[in-house]
Amino acid sequence: MATDSQFALWEVFIQSKPGANYIHAGSVHSSDKKMALQNARDTYTRRGEGTSIWVVPSDAIVASNPDDNDMLFDPSNDKVYRHPTFYVMPGGAKAI
Amino acid sequence: MNQQQALYKYCVGLGDDALIQSYRLSEWCRNAPILEEDLALTNFALDMTGRAQVLLSYAGKVEGAGRTDDDLAYRRAERQFYNHLIMELPNGDFAFTMARLLFTATYEYYFFTELKNSADHDLAAVAAKTVKEVKYHMAHATDWVLRLGDGTEESHNRMQKAVNELWMYTHELFATDPDVAMLRDGNIAVDLAVVKSAWLQFISRTLTEATLAVPADGYQQTGGAAGIHTEHMGHILSEMQYLQRAYPDATW
Repeated sequence: MATDSQFALWEVFIQSKPGANYIHAGSVHSSDKKMALQNARDTYTRRGEGTSIWVVPSDAIVASNPDDNDMLFDPSNDKVYRHPTFYVMPGGAKAI
Repeated sequence: MNQQQALYKYCVGLGDDALIQSYRLSEWCRNAPILEEDLALTNFALDMTGRAQVLLSYAGKVEGAGRTDDDLAYRRAERQFYNHLIMELPNGDFAFTMARLLFTATYEYYFFTELKNSADHDLAAVAAKTVKEVKYHMAHATDWVLRLGDGTEESHNRMQKAVNELWMYTHELFATDPDVAMLRDGNIAVDLAVVKSAWLQFISRTLTEATLAVPADGYQQTGGAAGIHTEHMGHILSEMQYLQRAYPDATW
């Protein structure tokens, strides 16, 4: 794999409106925190996509190993009673 | 020059500053050191193009001769452009572009902060929008000047050289054009003495923090307000105006 020569990699998370979850938008290169925030702003929020940004050094993210998917995720597939699908939703409830 | 002509010239000068600066930053498209910086600089260029469009449209309205923003941008000759010379200087290296952006964006930040209080409501509205944009340009340039000035020996030397070369073009930003001096009386134009003192304070502090020397005042180059430009301006216009000159009123 070729060495990346363009500074360290940072992951960018954008909040589209106050109170909403931060969603992973992509990544940027940067040599420091401030540049990471500015690059994230210039790369991902030029068309009104967000009201807040998080940037995180990519190497600070711990990822699950795809080889462990059987162990991690399969056990939930056949236990339908884990999901609250047997309740009737109240008419006035939104965004649940 | 009467009040109307003075206001036209004032607006055109502000529009030309944005237009020519935008042209220079656009030249970094696909040439910036990293992709993210490429996006940042062209994004700034788009902010400036938007500002030029509004100001030149307004200038055309003030003039009352039916000229549009496009007419003013693409069909004026070099001597009819009133931008400050610092805007038209070639980009040089990345340090030069960042030093220039620090000088111009800081000037614009304090200038448009003052212009928000203009008695001319159209100018005040443009100023309110512009302040938000240039505040970001200023922050971006400040961070780069600090990084490069207080970086390696090579980056420090390049940044100091850029600051030294640009210094003689900064005085013009604060020189009042006699043609538009009357606009101060109506509280339309900005008091440049206020802008200068805020600019000098911020720039001195930033350069010092970046371990750079603030240059001593020496020869001061002026000419923009009289439409007398550097040798670089003709080259900008020949490229920028090519289409309208070769195919007037072309549509597609």
